[in-house]
Amino acid sequence: MKLYDGGKIITGLVIFVGLMLSPFILGMAKPGEKPDPKTDTPEIQEMEEKDRKCVEPKEFMRTSHMVFIDSWRDQALRDGDRVYENSEGKEIDISLQNTCMKCHSNKKKFCDECHNYMAVKPYCWDCHIVPEEKEGGV
Amino acid sequence: MGLGFSLVAVLTLVLIALGGVGGANLQYLFGVIIPYAAIATFIVGFTLKVLGWAKVPVPFRIPTTSGQMKSFPWINHDKFDNPDTTGQVVGRMLLEVLLFRSLFRNTKTELRDGPRLAYGSDKWLWLAGLAFHWSFLVIVLRHLRFFFADVPVLVQAIEGLDGFLQVGAPLLYITDVVIISAVTYLFIRRVIIPQVRYISLPADYFPLFLILGIAITGVLMRYFIRIHVVGIKELAMGLVTLKPVVPEGIGVLFYIHMFIVSTLRMYFPFSKLMHMGGVFLSPTRNLANNNRRQRHENPWNYDVKVHTYEAYEDEFREKMKESGLPVEKE
Ligand code: HEC
Ligand code: HEC
Ligand code: HEC
Repeated sequence: MKLYDGGKIITGLVIFVGLMLSPFILGMAKPGEKPDPKTDTPEIQEMEEKDRKCVEPKEFMRTSHMVFIDSWRDQALRDGDRVYENSEGKEIDISLQNTCMKCHSNKKKFCDECHNYMAVKPYCWDCHIVPEEKEGGV
Repeated sequence: MGLGFSLVAVLTLVLIALGGVGGANLQYLFGVIIPYAAIATFIVGFTLKVLGWAKVPVPFRIPTTSGQMKSFPWINHDKFDNPDTTGQVVGRMLLEVLLFRSLFRNTKTELRDGPRLAYGSDKWLWLAGLAFHWSFLVIVLRHLRFFFADVPVLVQAIEGLDGFLQVGAPLLYITDVVIISAVTYLFIRRVIIPQVRYISLPADYFPLFLILGIAITGVLMRYFIRIHVVGIKELAMGLVTLKPVVPEGIGVLFYIHMFIVSTLRMYFPFSKLMHMGGVFLSPTRNLANNNRRQRHENPWNYDVKVHTYEAYEDEFREKMKESGLPVEKE
Protein backbone atom coordinates (compact mmCIF):
# COMPACT_ATOMS: atom_id res chain seq x y z
CA MET A 1 0.00 0.00 0.00
CA LYS A 2 1.48 3.26 -1.05
CA LEU A 3 0.43 6.44 0.72
CA TYR A 4 0.95 9.84 -0.79
CA ASP A 5 2.14 12.44 1.75
CA GLY A 6 1.88 9.54 4.18
CA GLY A 7 4.09 11.14 6.80
CA LYS A 8 1.85 14.17 7.23
CA ILE A 9 -1.37 12.22 7.06
CA ILE A 10 -0.26 9.59 9.58
CA THR A 11 0.90 12.36 11.94
CA GLY A 12 -2.54 13.94 11.68
CA LEU A 13 -4.26 10.62 12.29
CA VAL A 14 -2.10 9.84 15.32
CA ILE A 15 -3.01 13.21 16.83
CA PHE A 16 -6.68 12.60 16.08
CA VAL A 17 -6.74 9.10 17.59
CA GLY A 18 -4.69 10.29 20.57
CA LEU A 19 -7.18 13.07 21.29
CA MET A 20 -10.10 10.69 20.95
CA LEU A 21 -8.52 8.20 23.33
CA SER A 22 -7.13 10.72 25.81
CA PRO A 23 -10.05 10.34 28.26
CA PHE A 24 -9.39 6.59 28.29
CA ILE A 25 -5.65 6.95 28.78
CA LEU A 26 -5.95 9.57 31.52
CA GLY A 27 -8.94 7.81 33.05
CA MET A 28 -6.99 4.57 33.45
CA ALA A 29 -4.12 6.49 35.00
CA LYS A 30 -6.36 8.37 37.41
CA PRO A 31 -9.86 6.94 37.82
CA GLY A 32 -10.86 9.34 40.65
CA GLU A 33 -13.44 8.61 43.31
CA LYS A 34 -17.14 9.10 43.22
CA PRO A 35 -18.48 11.69 45.62
CA ASP A 36 -19.90 10.75 48.97
CA PRO A 37 -21.84 13.71 50.38
CA LYS A 38 -22.11 13.35 54.15
CA THR A 39 -25.38 14.05 55.90
CA ASP A 40 -24.13 13.43 59.43
CA THR A 41 -23.74 16.96 60.74
CA PRO A 42 -24.46 17.56 64.45
CA GLU A 43 -27.68 19.38 63.46
CA ILE A 44 -29.00 16.44 61.49
CA GLN A 45 -27.92 13.90 64.12
CA GLU A 46 -29.81 15.80 66.79
CA MET A 47 -33.04 15.22 64.90
CA GLU A 48 -35.23 12.23 65.58
CA GLU A 49 -34.48 9.29 63.33
CA LYS A 50 -37.77 9.62 61.45
CA ASP A 51 -37.33 13.35 60.88
CA ARG A 52 -33.91 13.07 59.29
CA LYS A 53 -35.13 14.27 55.98
CA CYS A 54 -34.37 17.04 53.60
CA VAL A 55 -36.92 19.70 52.76
CA GLU A 56 -38.07 17.54 49.89
CA PRO A 57 -37.45 13.84 49.09
CA LYS A 58 -33.81 12.94 48.62
CA GLU A 59 -34.16 11.85 44.98
CA PHE A 60 -35.77 15.13 44.09
CA MET A 61 -33.12 17.15 45.95
CA ARG A 62 -30.33 15.24 44.30
CA THR A 63 -31.43 16.04 40.76
CA SER A 64 -33.24 19.33 41.27
CA HIS A 65 -31.78 21.27 44.21
CA MET A 66 -30.31 23.92 41.87
CA VAL A 67 -33.67 24.67 40.29
CA PHE A 68 -35.28 24.38 43.65
CA ILE A 69 -33.18 26.98 45.46
CA ASP A 70 -33.49 29.21 42.45
CA SER A 71 -37.26 29.06 42.83
CA TRP A 72 -36.81 29.74 46.56
CA ARG A 73 -34.84 32.81 45.72
CA ASP A 74 -37.55 34.04 43.38
CA GLN A 75 -40.29 33.31 45.88
CA ALA A 76 -38.48 35.11 48.68
CA LEU A 77 -37.15 38.08 46.79
CA ARG A 78 -39.63 38.67 43.98
CA ASP A 79 -42.84 37.64 45.68
CA GLY A 80 -41.72 38.58 49.18
CA ASP A 81 -43.03 35.28 50.49
CA ARG A 82 -40.45 33.72 52.78
CA VAL A 83 -42.33 30.63 53.87
CA TYR A 84 -42.25 27.48 51.80
CA GLU A 85 -44.75 24.69 52.21
CA ASN A 86 -43.17 21.38 51.27
CA SER A 87 -44.84 18.33 49.76
CA GLU A 88 -45.69 17.03 53.24
CA GLY A 89 -47.38 20.28 54.19
CA LYS A 90 -44.60 21.37 56.52
CA GLU A 91 -43.77 25.08 56.61
CA ILE A 92 -40.14 25.97 56.17
CA ASP A 93 -38.34 29.30 56.28
CA ILE A 94 -36.83 30.17 52.94
CA SER A 95 -33.18 30.86 53.44
CA LEU A 96 -30.03 29.57 51.88
CA GLN A 97 -27.82 30.30 54.85
CA ASN A 98 -30.27 29.68 57.68
CA THR A 99 -32.17 26.68 56.36
CA CYS A 100 -30.12 24.68 53.85
CA MET A 101 -26.83 25.40 55.48
CA LYS A 102 -28.15 25.01 59.01
CA CYS A 103 -28.66 21.30 58.45
CA HIS A 104 -25.91 20.97 55.88
CA SER A 105 -23.36 22.79 57.96
CA ASN A 106 -20.59 20.79 56.32
CA LYS A 107 -20.36 22.59 52.99
CA LYS A 108 -16.95 21.12 52.16
CA LYS A 109 -18.01 17.54 52.83
CA PHE A 110 -21.46 17.94 51.32
CA CYS A 111 -22.12 20.57 48.64
CA ASP A 112 -18.50 20.76 47.51
CA GLU A 113 -18.11 17.00 47.45
CA CYS A 114 -20.44 16.78 44.45
CA HIS A 115 -19.60 20.13 42.96
CA ASN A 116 -15.86 19.47 42.84
CA TYR A 117 -16.52 16.11 41.24
CA MET A 118 -18.62 17.79 38.56
CA ALA A 119 -16.45 20.90 38.39
CA VAL A 120 -19.37 23.24 39.06
CA LYS A 121 -18.68 26.32 41.10
CA PRO A 122 -21.92 27.93 42.24
CA TYR A 123 -21.28 31.66 42.50
CA CYS A 124 -23.71 32.00 45.40
CA TRP A 125 -20.87 32.21 47.90
CA ASP A 126 -19.59 35.39 46.32
CA CYS A 127 -22.24 37.08 48.46
CA HIS A 128 -23.81 34.53 50.79
CA ILE A 129 -21.76 33.65 53.82
CA VAL A 130 -20.54 30.11 54.14
CA PRO A 131 -21.44 28.74 57.56
CA GLU A 132 -18.77 27.64 59.94
CA GLU A 133 -17.69 24.19 58.92
CA LYS A 134 -19.04 21.46 61.19
CA GLU A 135 -18.41 17.82 60.70
CA GLY A 136 -20.30 14.84 61.90
CA GLY A 137 -19.08 11.31 62.44
CA VAL A 138 -19.98 10.96 66.13
CA MET B 1 -39.32 13.08 0.70
CA GLY B 2 -35.79 13.03 2.16
CA LEU B 3 -37.01 15.35 4.87
CA GLY B 4 -39.86 13.15 6.03
CA PHE B 5 -37.73 10.03 5.85
CA SER B 6 -34.97 11.55 7.97
CA LEU B 7 -37.36 12.96 10.52
CA VAL B 8 -39.05 9.60 10.93
CA ALA B 9 -35.65 7.90 11.20
CA VAL B 10 -34.52 10.17 14.03
CA LEU B 11 -37.86 9.92 15.83
CA THR B 12 -37.61 6.14 15.54
CA LEU B 13 -34.19 6.28 17.21
CA VAL B 14 -35.72 8.25 20.06
CA LEU B 15 -38.50 5.69 20.42
CA ILE B 16 -36.03 2.78 20.35
CA ALA B 17 -34.09 4.24 23.24
CA LEU B 18 -37.28 5.17 25.05
CA GLY B 19 -38.64 1.65 24.70
CA GLY B 20 -35.31 -0.03 25.33
CA VAL B 21 -34.60 1.77 28.58
CA GLY B 22 -37.99 2.97 29.75
CA GLY B 23 -39.78 -0.25 28.82
CA ALA B 24 -37.30 -3.10 28.66
CA ASN B 25 -34.71 -1.82 31.16
CA LEU B 26 -31.78 -2.32 28.81
CA GLN B 27 -29.63 0.29 30.59
CA TYR B 28 -26.47 -1.72 30.08
CA LEU B 29 -27.04 -2.04 26.34
CA PHE B 30 -27.79 1.66 25.83
CA GLY B 31 -25.37 2.99 28.43
CA VAL B 32 -22.35 0.77 27.85
CA ILE B 33 -22.41 -1.59 24.87
CA ILE B 34 -23.73 0.77 22.21
CA PRO B 35 -21.48 3.69 23.28
CA TYR B 36 -18.42 1.42 23.16
CA ALA B 37 -19.42 0.11 19.74
CA ALA B 38 -19.99 3.66 18.57
CA ILE B 39 -16.63 5.02 19.64
CA ALA B 40 -14.86 2.03 18.09
CA THR B 41 -16.74 2.44 14.80
CA PHE B 42 -16.00 6.13 14.83
CA ILE B 43 -12.26 5.87 15.36
CA VAL B 44 -11.63 2.85 13.13
CA GLY B 45 -13.99 4.06 10.40
CA PHE B 46 -12.49 7.54 10.43
CA THR B 47 -8.93 6.20 10.21
CA LEU B 48 -9.70 3.81 7.37
CA LYS B 49 -11.48 6.50 5.44
CA VAL B 50 -8.53 8.88 5.72
CA LEU B 51 -6.07 6.12 4.80
CA GLY B 52 -8.22 5.41 1.77
CA TRP B 53 -7.87 9.03 0.69
CA ALA B 54 -4.13 8.92 1.37
CA LYS B 55 -3.78 6.19 -1.24
CA VAL B 56 -4.99 8.46 -4.00
CA PRO B 57 -2.04 9.87 -5.95
CA VAL B 58 -1.64 13.63 -6.22
CA PRO B 59 -0.16 14.06 -9.71
CA PHE B 60 0.34 17.79 -9.55
CA ARG B 61 -0.81 20.86 -7.69
CA ILE B 62 -4.45 21.83 -8.17
CA PRO B 63 -5.04 24.61 -5.66
CA THR B 64 -7.90 27.01 -6.28
CA THR B 65 -6.10 30.19 -7.02
CA SER B 66 -8.36 33.09 -6.31
CA GLY B 67 -5.64 35.71 -6.14
CA GLN B 68 -2.43 36.84 -7.80
CA MET B 69 0.24 34.22 -8.02
CA LYS B 70 3.76 34.99 -6.81
CA SER B 71 5.68 36.45 -9.72
CA PHE B 72 7.74 39.64 -10.14
CA PRO B 73 8.57 41.48 -6.94
CA TRP B 74 6.62 44.54 -8.13
CA ILE B 75 3.39 42.58 -8.56
CA ASN B 76 1.50 42.12 -5.30
CA HIS B 77 1.36 38.50 -4.33
CA ASP B 78 -1.87 37.31 -2.70
CA LYS B 79 -0.37 35.07 -0.03
CA PHE B 80 -3.43 33.32 1.32
CA ASP B 81 -5.40 33.02 -1.90
CA ASN B 82 -2.48 31.79 -3.92
CA PRO B 83 -0.04 30.34 -1.43
CA ASP B 84 3.51 29.79 -2.53
CA THR B 85 5.19 28.24 0.50
CA THR B 86 4.17 25.69 3.13
CA GLY B 87 3.87 28.48 5.68
CA GLN B 88 1.36 30.30 3.51
CA VAL B 89 -0.54 27.06 2.98
CA VAL B 90 -0.75 26.60 6.74
CA GLY B 91 -2.10 30.14 7.01
CA ARG B 92 -4.66 29.43 4.34
CA MET B 93 -5.74 26.19 6.02
CA LEU B 94 -6.06 27.84 9.43
CA LEU B 95 -8.24 30.58 8.00
CA GLU B 96 -10.31 27.96 6.23
CA VAL B 97 -10.72 25.59 9.17
CA LEU B 98 -11.19 28.19 11.89
CA LEU B 99 -13.06 30.91 10.00
CA PHE B 100 -14.52 29.20 6.91
CA ARG B 101 -12.91 31.81 4.70
CA SER B 102 -14.04 30.35 1.40
CA LEU B 103 -17.65 30.20 2.56
CA PHE B 104 -17.38 33.91 3.28
CA ARG B 105 -17.30 34.37 -0.48
CA ASN B 106 -20.66 32.68 -0.82
CA THR B 107 -22.93 34.46 -3.27
CA LYS B 108 -26.55 34.14 -4.21
CA THR B 109 -27.96 34.21 -7.70
CA GLU B 110 -31.40 35.54 -8.51
CA LEU B 111 -33.46 35.93 -11.62
CA ARG B 112 -34.99 39.40 -11.48
CA ASP B 113 -37.58 41.04 -13.71
CA GLY B 114 -36.32 41.71 -17.11
CA PRO B 115 -35.34 38.85 -17.06
CA ARG B 116 -32.06 39.80 -15.61
CA LEU B 117 -29.59 37.67 -13.68
CA ALA B 118 -28.41 39.23 -10.42
CA TYR B 119 -25.64 38.16 -8.08
CA GLY B 120 -25.27 39.30 -4.52
CA SER B 121 -23.24 38.60 -1.45
CA ASP B 122 -24.79 36.14 0.98
CA LYS B 123 -23.12 35.96 4.38
CA TRP B 124 -25.88 34.27 6.37
CA LEU B 125 -24.80 30.76 5.51
CA TRP B 126 -21.28 31.60 6.59
CA LEU B 127 -22.43 33.19 9.81
CA ALA B 128 -24.78 30.36 10.77
CA GLY B 129 -22.22 27.74 9.78
CA LEU B 130 -19.53 29.38 11.84
CA ALA B 131 -21.84 29.87 14.83
CA PHE B 132 -22.93 26.27 14.62
CA HIS B 133 -19.47 24.73 14.34
CA TRP B 134 -17.94 26.83 17.09
CA SER B 135 -20.80 26.14 19.47
CA PHE B 136 -20.49 22.46 18.69
CA LEU B 137 -16.79 22.54 19.52
CA VAL B 138 -17.35 24.39 22.77
CA ILE B 139 -20.10 21.95 23.73
CA VAL B 140 -17.90 18.95 23.02
CA LEU B 141 -15.10 20.48 25.09
CA ARG B 142 -17.50 21.27 27.92
CA HIS B 143 -18.60 17.64 27.99
CA LEU B 144 -15.06 16.63 28.87
CA ARG B 145 -15.93 17.44 32.47
CA PHE B 146 -17.73 14.10 32.49
CA PHE B 147 -14.66 12.20 31.36
CA PHE B 148 -11.84 13.46 33.57
CA ALA B 149 -11.45 12.93 37.31
CA ASP B 150 -9.55 16.22 37.48
CA VAL B 151 -11.34 18.45 35.05
CA PRO B 152 -8.70 20.30 32.99
CA VAL B 153 -8.45 24.02 33.72
CA LEU B 154 -9.11 24.83 30.08
CA VAL B 155 -12.42 22.97 30.19
CA GLN B 156 -13.42 24.80 33.37
CA ALA B 157 -12.47 28.12 31.82
CA ILE B 158 -14.56 27.43 28.73
CA GLU B 159 -17.47 26.44 30.90
CA GLY B 160 -17.13 29.59 32.98
CA LEU B 161 -17.09 31.79 29.89
CA ASP B 162 -20.02 29.97 28.36
CA GLY B 163 -22.13 30.53 31.46
CA PHE B 164 -20.96 34.00 32.28
CA LEU B 165 -24.35 35.60 31.75
CA GLN B 166 -25.31 33.92 35.07
CA VAL B 167 -28.92 33.41 34.07
CA GLY B 168 -30.84 30.92 36.19
CA ALA B 169 -29.62 27.77 37.89
CA PRO B 170 -28.15 25.64 36.46
CA LEU B 171 -26.54 28.46 34.53
CA LEU B 172 -27.67 29.09 30.98
CA TYR B 173 -24.96 28.32 28.44
CA ILE B 174 -24.68 30.76 25.55
CA THR B 175 -23.66 28.00 23.14
CA ASP B 176 -26.87 26.09 23.84
CA VAL B 177 -28.91 29.00 22.55
CA VAL B 178 -26.57 29.57 19.62
CA ILE B 179 -26.41 25.98 18.42
CA ILE B 180 -30.17 25.48 18.43
CA SER B 181 -30.73 28.76 16.59
CA ALA B 182 -28.00 28.07 14.06
CA VAL B 183 -29.06 24.50 13.28
CA THR B 184 -32.66 25.64 12.98
CA TYR B 185 -31.58 28.35 10.56
CA LEU B 186 -29.56 25.87 8.51
CA PHE B 187 -32.56 23.57 8.36
CA ILE B 188 -35.03 26.28 7.39
CA ARG B 189 -32.63 27.56 4.74
CA ARG B 190 -32.49 24.11 3.22
CA VAL B 191 -36.25 23.87 3.06
CA ILE B 192 -37.29 27.30 1.87
CA ILE B 193 -34.70 28.05 -0.81
CA PRO B 194 -36.02 26.04 -3.78
CA GLN B 195 -32.60 25.38 -5.35
CA VAL B 196 -31.15 24.14 -2.08
CA ARG B 197 -34.19 22.07 -1.35
CA TYR B 198 -33.96 20.48 -4.79
CA ILE B 199 -30.45 19.19 -4.15
CA SER B 200 -31.11 18.10 -0.55
CA LEU B 201 -31.04 14.39 0.12
CA PRO B 202 -31.72 12.24 3.16
CA ALA B 203 -27.94 12.36 3.70
CA ASP B 204 -28.34 16.10 4.28
CA TYR B 205 -31.42 16.07 6.49
CA PHE B 206 -30.50 13.05 8.58
CA PRO B 207 -27.34 14.46 10.21
CA LEU B 208 -29.11 17.79 10.68
CA PHE B 209 -31.93 16.10 12.59
CA LEU B 210 -29.49 13.96 14.55
CA ILE B 211 -27.62 17.04 15.69
CA LEU B 212 -30.83 18.89 16.43
CA GLY B 213 -32.03 15.86 18.39
CA ILE B 214 -28.82 15.78 20.41
CA ALA B 215 -29.03 19.49 21.14
CA ILE B 216 -32.69 19.33 22.12
CA THR B 217 -32.30 16.34 24.44
CA GLY B 218 -29.25 18.00 25.98
CA VAL B 219 -31.07 21.26 26.56
CA LEU B 220 -34.06 19.40 28.02
CA MET B 221 -31.78 17.61 30.47
CA ARG B 222 -30.03 20.72 31.59
CA TYR B 223 -32.90 23.15 31.91
CA PHE B 224 -36.20 21.34 31.92
CA ILE B 225 -36.30 17.68 32.90
CA ARG B 226 -33.99 16.88 35.78
CA ILE B 227 -31.62 13.94 35.54
CA HIS B 228 -29.07 12.58 38.00
CA VAL B 229 -25.95 14.40 36.83
CA VAL B 230 -23.55 12.83 39.33
CA GLY B 231 -24.76 9.38 38.25
CA ILE B 232 -24.04 10.28 34.64
CA LYS B 233 -20.48 11.20 35.47
CA GLU B 234 -20.11 7.88 37.28
CA LEU B 235 -21.31 6.12 34.15
CA ALA B 236 -18.98 8.13 31.92
CA MET B 237 -15.98 7.53 34.20
CA GLY B 238 -16.86 3.84 34.21
CA LEU B 239 -16.70 3.84 30.43
CA VAL B 240 -13.32 5.54 30.17
CA THR B 241 -11.73 3.46 32.92
CA LEU B 242 -13.07 0.29 31.27
CA LYS B 243 -14.94 -0.62 34.44
CA PRO B 244 -18.46 0.10 33.23
CA VAL B 245 -21.13 0.79 35.82
CA VAL B 246 -24.77 1.72 35.39
CA PRO B 247 -25.87 3.83 38.38
CA GLU B 248 -29.51 3.81 39.42
CA GLY B 249 -31.99 6.52 38.61
CA ILE B 250 -30.22 8.43 35.86
CA GLY B 251 -33.33 9.10 33.82
CA VAL B 252 -34.36 7.78 30.43
CA LEU B 253 -33.78 11.10 28.70
CA PHE B 254 -30.06 10.64 29.18
CA TYR B 255 -30.13 7.30 27.40
CA ILE B 256 -32.01 8.84 24.49
CA HIS B 257 -29.37 11.55 24.27
CA MET B 258 -26.59 8.98 24.43
CA PHE B 259 -28.24 6.80 21.79
CA ILE B 260 -28.54 9.64 19.28
CA VAL B 261 -24.93 10.62 19.99
CA SER B 262 -23.85 7.02 19.42
CA THR B 263 -25.78 6.89 16.17
CA LEU B 264 -24.09 10.07 15.00
CA ARG B 265 -20.69 8.60 15.82
CA MET B 266 -21.35 5.36 13.98
CA TYR B 267 -22.81 7.18 11.01
CA PHE B 268 -19.99 9.70 10.90
CA PRO B 269 -17.31 7.80 8.93
CA PHE B 270 -19.81 6.85 6.22
CA SER B 271 -21.35 10.25 5.74
CA LYS B 272 -20.70 13.75 4.51
CA LEU B 273 -19.70 14.57 8.06
CA MET B 274 -16.27 13.23 7.13
CA HIS B 275 -15.55 16.73 5.88
CA MET B 276 -14.10 17.08 9.37
CA GLY B 277 -11.11 15.05 8.22
CA GLY B 278 -11.58 15.84 4.56
CA VAL B 279 -10.99 19.55 4.83
CA PHE B 280 -7.38 18.84 5.75
CA LEU B 281 -6.98 16.64 2.71
CA SER B 282 -8.57 18.91 0.10
CA PRO B 283 -6.06 19.28 -2.74
CA THR B 284 -7.60 22.57 -3.78
CA ARG B 285 -6.80 24.04 -0.34
CA ASN B 286 -3.75 22.28 1.04
CA LEU B 287 -1.25 22.57 -1.82
CA ALA B 288 1.09 25.44 -2.58
CA ASN B 289 0.71 26.79 -6.09
CA ASN B 290 4.25 26.14 -7.27
CA ASN B 291 3.57 24.18 -10.44
CA ARG B 292 5.61 26.60 -12.53
CA ARG B 293 8.64 26.54 -10.32
CA GLN B 294 8.85 22.94 -9.26
CA ARG B 295 8.56 19.77 -11.25
CA HIS B 296 5.88 17.46 -9.86
CA GLU B 297 6.26 14.04 -11.31
CA ASN B 298 3.14 12.10 -12.06
CA PRO B 299 3.26 9.24 -9.57
CA TRP B 300 1.66 6.75 -11.92
CA ASN B 301 4.07 7.37 -14.75
CA TYR B 302 5.73 4.11 -15.75
CA ASP B 303 9.45 4.20 -16.46
CA VAL B 304 9.93 5.42 -20.01
CA LYS B 305 12.94 4.02 -21.76
CA VAL B 306 14.73 7.08 -23.15
CA HIS B 307 17.50 7.42 -25.64
CA THR B 308 19.16 10.80 -25.15
CA TYR B 309 20.84 12.66 -27.97
CA GLU B 310 24.28 12.15 -26.38
CA ALA B 311 23.79 8.40 -26.32
CA TYR B 312 22.49 8.52 -29.91
CA GLU B 313 25.53 10.44 -31.06
CA ASP B 314 27.88 8.10 -29.20
CA GLU B 315 26.29 5.23 -31.01
CA PHE B 316 26.31 6.68 -34.50
CA ARG B 317 29.19 9.17 -34.36
CA GLU B 318 31.36 7.40 -36.89
CA LYS B 319 28.53 6.93 -39.35
CA MET B 320 27.44 10.52 -38.95
CA LYS B 321 30.94 11.78 -39.63
CA GLU B 322 31.23 9.58 -42.66
CA SER B 323 28.10 11.01 -44.19
CA GLY B 324 29.17 14.55 -43.30
CA LEU B 325 26.58 15.25 -40.58
CA PRO B 326 27.68 17.73 -37.89
CA VAL B 327 28.40 16.19 -34.48
CA GLU B 328 28.68 17.89 -31.11
CA LYS B 329 31.64 15.93 -29.82
CA GLU B 330 34.50 15.05 -32.08
C1 HEC C 1 -33.93 19.68 58.14
C2 HEC C 1 -32.56 19.58 57.73
C3 HEC C 1 -32.30 19.83 56.25
C4 HEC C 1 -32.51 20.98 55.57
C5 HEC C 1 -33.13 22.27 56.05
C6 HEC C 1 -32.02 20.75 54.23
N1 HEC C 1 -31.56 19.48 54.13
FE1 HEC C 1 -30.81 18.63 52.44
N2 HEC C 1 -30.76 16.86 53.36
C7 HEC C 1 -31.02 16.64 54.71
C8 HEC C 1 -30.91 15.22 54.99
C9 HEC C 1 -31.13 14.58 56.35
C10 HEC C 1 -30.56 14.60 53.76
C11 HEC C 1 -30.36 13.11 53.53
C12 HEC C 1 -31.69 12.51 53.17
C13 HEC C 1 -31.67 11.00 53.08
O1 HEC C 1 -30.59 10.42 53.17
O2 HEC C 1 -32.74 10.47 52.86
C14 HEC C 1 -30.47 15.64 52.77
C15 HEC C 1 -30.16 15.44 51.43
C16 HEC C 1 -29.92 16.44 50.54
C17 HEC C 1 -29.44 16.26 49.19
C18 HEC C 1 -29.18 14.93 48.50
C19 HEC C 1 -27.81 14.38 48.86
C20 HEC C 1 -27.51 13.08 48.20
O3 HEC C 1 -26.79 12.31 48.83
O4 HEC C 1 -27.95 12.85 47.07
C21 HEC C 1 -29.27 17.50 48.66
C22 HEC C 1 -28.76 17.82 47.25
C23 HEC C 1 -29.69 18.46 49.64
N3 HEC C 1 -30.05 17.79 50.77
C24 HEC C 1 -29.69 19.82 49.43
C25 HEC C 1 -30.33 20.70 50.27
C26 HEC C 1 -30.63 22.07 49.95
C27 HEC C 1 -30.22 22.77 48.66
C28 HEC C 1 -31.32 22.59 50.98
C29 HEC C 1 -31.94 23.98 51.08
C30 HEC C 1 -32.99 24.20 50.11
C31 HEC C 1 -31.43 21.55 51.99
N4 HEC C 1 -30.82 20.41 51.52
C32 HEC C 1 -32.04 21.71 53.21
C33 HEC C 1 -31.37 17.59 55.64
C34 HEC C 1 -31.70 18.87 55.34
C1 HEC D 1 -24.70 39.49 44.13
C2 HEC D 1 -24.74 38.84 45.41
C3 HEC D 1 -25.55 37.54 45.46
C4 HEC D 1 -25.27 36.38 44.80
C5 HEC D 1 -24.13 36.08 43.83
C6 HEC D 1 -26.28 35.44 45.20
N1 HEC D 1 -27.14 36.02 46.08
FE1 HEC D 1 -28.73 35.14 46.92
N2 HEC D 1 -29.20 36.87 47.86
C7 HEC D 1 -28.48 38.04 47.78
C8 HEC D 1 -29.17 39.06 48.52
C9 HEC D 1 -28.71 40.48 48.68
C10 HEC D 1 -30.33 38.45 49.05
C11 HEC D 1 -31.41 39.11 49.89
C12 HEC D 1 -31.25 38.79 51.31
C13 HEC D 1 -32.51 39.10 52.08
O1 HEC D 1 -33.27 39.99 51.68
O2 HEC D 1 -32.72 38.39 53.06
C14 HEC D 1 -30.31 37.08 48.61
C15 HEC D 1 -31.29 36.15 48.95
C16 HEC D 1 -31.30 34.84 48.55
C17 HEC D 1 -32.29 33.86 48.93
C18 HEC D 1 -33.53 34.07 49.77
C19 HEC D 1 -33.33 34.57 51.15
C20 HEC D 1 -32.21 33.98 51.97
O3 HEC D 1 -31.93 34.48 53.06
O4 HEC D 1 -31.59 33.01 51.56
C21 HEC D 1 -31.93 32.68 48.36
C22 HEC D 1 -32.65 31.35 48.46
C23 HEC D 1 -30.74 32.94 47.60
N3 HEC D 1 -30.38 34.26 47.73
C24 HEC D 1 -30.10 31.99 46.86
C25 HEC D 1 -28.97 32.23 46.10
C26 HEC D 1 -28.35 31.24 45.30
C27 HEC D 1 -28.81 29.79 45.16
C28 HEC D 1 -27.30 31.81 44.69
C29 HEC D 1 -26.30 31.17 43.72
C30 HEC D 1 -26.89 30.57 42.55
C31 HEC D 1 -27.26 33.20 45.11
N4 HEC D 1 -28.31 33.41 45.97
C32 HEC D 1 -26.34 34.13 44.74
C33 HEC D 1 -27.31 38.23 47.09
C34 HEC D 1 -26.72 37.31 46.27
C1 HEC E 1 -25.57 14.85 45.12
C2 HEC E 1 -24.55 15.79 44.75
C3 HEC E 1 -24.80 17.26 45.12
C4 HEC E 1 -24.91 17.82 46.37
C5 HEC E 1 -24.86 17.11 47.70
C6 HEC E 1 -25.10 19.22 46.15
N1 HEC E 1 -25.10 19.51 44.82
FE1 HEC E 1 -25.43 21.33 43.99
N2 HEC E 1 -25.18 20.54 42.16
C7 HEC E 1 -24.91 19.22 41.87
C8 HEC E 1 -24.72 19.06 40.46
C9 HEC E 1 -24.42 17.75 39.75
C10 HEC E 1 -24.88 20.32 39.88
C11 HEC E 1 -24.70 20.74 38.41
C12 HEC E 1 -25.79 20.37 37.52
C13 HEC E 1 -25.37 20.61 36.09
O1 HEC E 1 -24.23 21.03 35.87
O2 HEC E 1 -26.18 20.36 35.24
C14 HEC E 1 -25.18 21.23 40.97
C15 HEC E 1 -25.44 22.57 40.79
C16 HEC E 1 -25.74 23.43 41.81
C17 HEC E 1 -26.08 24.82 41.62
C18 HEC E 1 -26.17 25.54 40.25
C19 HEC E 1 -24.79 26.00 39.92
C20 HEC E 1 -24.51 26.37 38.50
O3 HEC E 1 -23.49 27.06 38.34
O4 HEC E 1 -25.22 25.98 37.59
C21 HEC E 1 -26.28 25.35 42.85
C22 HEC E 1 -26.65 26.79 43.16
C23 HEC E 1 -26.08 24.30 43.82
N3 HEC E 1 -25.75 23.15 43.15
C24 HEC E 1 -26.20 24.46 45.19
C25 HEC E 1 -25.94 23.45 46.11
C26 HEC E 1 -25.88 23.66 47.53
C27 HEC E 1 -26.10 24.99 48.23
C28 HEC E 1 -25.61 22.44 48.08
C29 HEC E 1 -25.40 22.11 49.55
C30 HEC E 1 -26.47 22.45 50.43
C31 HEC E 1 -25.50 21.49 47.01
N4 HEC E 1 -25.70 22.14 45.84
C32 HEC E 1 -25.25 20.14 47.20
C33 HEC E 1 -24.81 18.19 42.78
C34 HEC E 1 -24.90 18.34 44.15
